[in-house]
Amino acid sequence: MDLNLINEAVDGSRRSLARTLSLIENGEISIEQIRQVLNIEGNPSDSKSWNSLAITGAPGVGKSCLIDKLLSIWANSGLKIALLAIDPSSPRTGGALLGDRVRITSVDDEALKDKIYIRSIATRKSSGNVPLIVADMIEFLHIAKWDRVIVETVGSGQSEVRCAAIADRIVVIEGPARGDGVQAEKAGLLELADAVIVNKSDLSGAEKHAEELQESFELGLGDAPPVLLTSALNETGIAEAAHVLLNLADSGRSVRARWRERLLAHYERKILDAPDLDKILSSLAIGSISIDEAISILGGQ
Amino acid sequence: MGQNLRIVIAKPGLDGHDRGAKVVARTLRDAGHEVIYTGLRRTAMQIVETVRDEDAKFLGLSSLSGAHNHLFPRVCQLLIEEGLTDVIVFGGGIIPEDDRSALHESGIRAIFGPGTPTNEILEFIDTASKMTDVGVGAENKWQWESTA
Ligand code: B12
Ligand SMILES: Nc1nc2c(ncn2[C@@H]2O[C@H](COP(=O)(O)OP(=O)(O)OP(=O)(O)O)[C@@H](O)[C@H]2O)c(=O)[nH]1
Ligand SMILES: [Mg+2]
Repeated sequence: MDLNLINEAVDGSRRSLARTLSLIENGEISIEQIRQVLNIEGNPSDSKSWNSLAITGAPGVGKSCLIDKLLSIWANSGLKIALLAIDPSSPRTGGALLGDRVRITSVDDEALKDKIYIRSIATRKSSGNVPLIVADMIEFLHIAKWDRVIVETVGSGQSEVRCAAIADRIVVIEGPARGDGVQAEKAGLLELADAVIVNKSDLSGAEKHAEELQESFELGLGDAPPVLLTSALNETGIAEAAHVLLNLADSGRSVRARWRERLLAHYERKILDAPDLDKILSSLAIGSISIDEAISILGGQ
Repeated sequence: MGQNLRIVIAKPGLDGHDRGAKVVARTLRDAGHEVIYTGLRRTAMQIVETVRDEDAKFLGLSSLSGAHNHLFPRVCQLLIEEGLTDVIVFGGGIIPEDDRSALHESGIRAIFGPGTPTNEILEFIDTASKMTDVGVGAENKWQWESTA
């Protein structure tokens, strides 16, 4: 392992940071190895304020535009913020077009660019809207003295809650109502949300949707998460959202559901990393073993 | 084809023609690479910072507005100043034949004009990724002889 590279990254070299993150992403070094050589014990979390915040929601609701505005406010207040922007890999070719960056212009500001780090990440083999390896990349960013890490997930389907496996807090971004109320399928994700933002408040139906969400949370059990209205376009509601999100407490909602996602994510990684996976898939394809047999072979490793 | 590479596709300067860059980005993605597209109107410094932060191995520059003689060498020079000497730089767009040797001189390994078969771009990437000394800061004078 290249200890120099890691030390340079911790001492503030962006190039070495980027290269170390690649090594982690490619599985060439593990976060455990890094902790060991740097003599860091465990995951230093003071649990009160968050280290990582996942921002999730349907494609095109304005996640990137909103994050751009939030980054600029947070960086202006002196925080060093990293953004890990996730986009899907093609399951067929493995390629990916990573385009979230196009919308992030806050990093172009000379006064802010040293306080904002943006890295685009492809989902590669993993299913779900965030690959588990991102958790290790987040940890390294903290070791390298980045105060907070924001994760923009893949524009996700309504039941996609895998980001719960990697982030300390989850913010769900919604758009204006389409007149069908709060759909039942959304329940899974909203149940895990520490805050909900209804973006595009410049369009009609946004306020109504925020009210519907509020009502449905009040019917539920436990504390209702804050529901905020923003327009990334007109820059309204952004300062308040930046303040609320930065100080977002752990809602303590659905602790079991989060652990369920973590468990599933780790189990999936085990399967995907299994050395015999290709052979097992071929056997499944020609019908020489059954799914149950495949699971027991994989589980036995 | 080899493993998936991280490739930045960038539009420097005020040029607003983005079809070619998007076609190339799509081609590279379909060949299995991870392509980071910068969007329009980036400065040379912004492009270099993107390459650095994204840890890209290749940088593709696209220009159709005629500003390549100034912008392409500027990007190469900044890459070298930032210590990103091993990044492999290539380009395309409306680049007259007469301008090309000076661009190669500044460290650009391949230039592709209109009508380039997309396969040729992939062949270049594949060939260059197997070479060890063709980064923008390398002494090596190797260049790709493109057909368009
Ligand atoms: C479509 C077009 C437009 C569209 C652009 C739409 C868009 N969003 O892209 C519009 C109408 C907006 C436009 C506007 C202008 N245009 Co115009 N436009 C063209 C035109 C007809 C085709 C360009 C195109 O999209 N081709 C299709 C794509 C797929 O091909 P490509 O871009 O060449 O890309 C291929 C290769 O070049 C290469 N490639 C390109 N980039 C890269 C990058 C890498 C890394 C690699 C490996 C390869 C690569 O691979 C691609 C695939 O083979 C060209 C003429 C021409 N035939 O090229 C003029 C042309 C580029 N435009 C020209 C001009 C002058 C303008 C304007 C200034 C005004 C005007 N006279 O119309 C404005 C300026 C706009 C701006 N803000 O910059 C001139 C440029 C002259 C010059 N360079 O000296 C041209 C050459 C026309 C001409 N003969 O005068 N234009
Ligand atoms: N009217 C309006 N449009 C917005 C607002 N915020 C974003 N948009 C537009 O919505 C579109 C999508 O914005 P993005 O920020 O790319 O959305 P995203 O959620 O990051 O999209 P994916 O990453 O593709 O899932 C763009 O055309 C934006 O200009 C807003 O507050 N109001
Ligand atoms: Mg986005």
